[in-house]
Amino acid sequence: MTTIPDVARPASADVDGQTGSPAADVSLEADALVHAPGLPPGDSRSKSLVRAAFPPLVLGSALIGLWYLISYVVLDPGRRFLLQPPHRVLEVGFLEWANFSRILEALWNSTQVALIGLGIAISIGLFLATMMSQAKMVERAVFPFAVTLQAIPILAIVPMIGFWFGYGTTARVIVCIIISLFPIIMNTLFGLQSAERGMHDLFTLHRASRLTRLRKLMFPAALPAVFAGLRISAGLSVIGAIVGDFFFGQGEAGIGQLLRRYASQLDGEALLTSVIMSSALGVVVFWTFGWIQKLVIGKWHETEVLG
Amino acid sequence: MTTVTMNGALSFDGIGMTFPDGTEALRNISFSIDKGEFITVVGPSGCGKSTLLRIASGLLDPTAGSVEVDRDRLGYVFQDATLLPWRTVRQNVELLAELHGFESDERRRLSTAAIDLVGLQGFENHYPKSLSGGMRMRTSLARTLTLKPPVFLFDEPFGAVDEITREHLNEETQRLFQSEGFAGLFITHSIGEAVFMSTKVLVMSARPGRIIAGFDVPFSYPRDPQLRFDPEFALLSGEVSLALRGTS
Repeated sequence: MTTIPDVARPASADVDGQTGSPAADVSLEADALVHAPGLPPGDSRSKSLVRAAFPPLVLGSALIGLWYLISYVVLDPGRRFLLQPPHRVLEVGFLEWANFSRILEALWNSTQVALIGLGIAISIGLFLATMMSQAKMVERAVFPFAVTLQAIPILAIVPMIGFWFGYGTTARVIVCIIISLFPIIMNTLFGLQSAERGMHDLFTLHRASRLTRLRKLMFPAALPAVFAGLRISAGLSVIGAIVGDFFFGQGEAGIGQLLRRYASQLDGEALLTSVIMSSALGVVVFWTFGWIQKLVIGKWHETEVLG
Repeated sequence: MTTVTMNGALSFDGIGMTFPDGTEALRNISFSIDKGEFITVVGPSGCGKSTLLRIASGLLDPTAGSVEVDRDRLGYVFQDATLLPWRTVRQNVELLAELHGFESDERRRLSTAAIDLVGLQGFENHYPKSLSGGMRMRTSLARTLTLKPPVFLFDEPFGAVDEITREHLNEETQRLFQSEGFAGLFITHSIGEAVFMSTKVLVMSARPGRIIAGFDVPFSYPRDPQLRFDPEFALLSGEVSLALRGTS
């Protein structure tokens, strides 16, 4: 194990000569921090933006500092491949197009898998929850299975999925569906049942049909909960796509396959870049659904949407 | 239970209500409300006042007795404003007309008139979350008014708003009673509110709810806010209060 790094990572020796650049990075950041609060007073919008951005910037800088500390102080040069410093990750992972384009392509494949899985999970989830809200019998029948679905450790059934559906995209999509279905069913059901009794009385008094009640009362009332579920499920679906990748390697490789490959090749820079990009995908998906939520129900519903 | 169309009136005949758990909520309630009457039922909390309204509206079937009322265009104002938060004031006001299948032109006309009646002009495009409690109640009133109901049921609608807003809403309700000419049945535990708006005040006993006293209110409409400081008003309120004390 210890002899491999020297062979696999000849580039790691270069790092020692570059101690100057991290220092420059740090001072640049410090500069920005000093200047930020000095914005014109009265411009409360940008002021509050600064107030919101300042603490995470400080913490982020501290974490990058810690990262450098581990790379250069804790790890001796022979073991530095375990955690390459940030600028190396930037140079090799992000700025070398051959590496980055490969990561982007894999990420795009995983995104597609996650979105297809999520789309199917949303369709099934909304349908099931609607049926459950309409007939107590259906709710009683489905509920224990939905809970069981949630309780199954996904890793335990992944091999079986491959056994039945092959080791390609279909299997990956199915993992996404299974992992993201439960929050959609439960949140939608909760939402559909959230309309107050008084509102139901009002619809009863005026002899609204079942469909009218569903369309004009229960669905709109369910939207905030549905969106809460969507944001959870979207994140889970991304996880599902990556987990699926770990087990099912056929067809277009996703980011999970790359993560595996880079780890086994001890390619620290590309591995960290892949991890960062996977996280970025999760954050983007979370924000996107938050943004859609704000767009659809923000006018009447008071929810704090992160970001 | 029979529901015979009568000339815009509501009558209870020997209503009794015992819930499946054995709780007897109402016993032998009989009275009727004619067009041009505004009757308020006051009673201690939990005496079954709201149950009576649920029975009147058909949301609940009584275990004894019968109700006669035209339920096609029954007005029902709930304890809460029960506005749909995803609809603007205008969209909320138009809801009932929508449920009754009115065309959009007609809905627009009805909602505009109703919004004018309750003084919500300029707030048509506001969402409930940005309205005060009093304004939400006005929106709820306007929503009910669009159907021009011959019978109007009020289930303690102003219990959650502050005293000053409540007095304003009382004044507007009696004004609407005058201008719209509905038969009103109002439930409350506020004696001042009852005497100020009604033609008649009925006192209900603690559970099981029975009507134990009735007072005709002699003041003519429209009633001036100053009426509240009239000695006669105070005297009548005192009598109602006395009857109410005997209930618990």
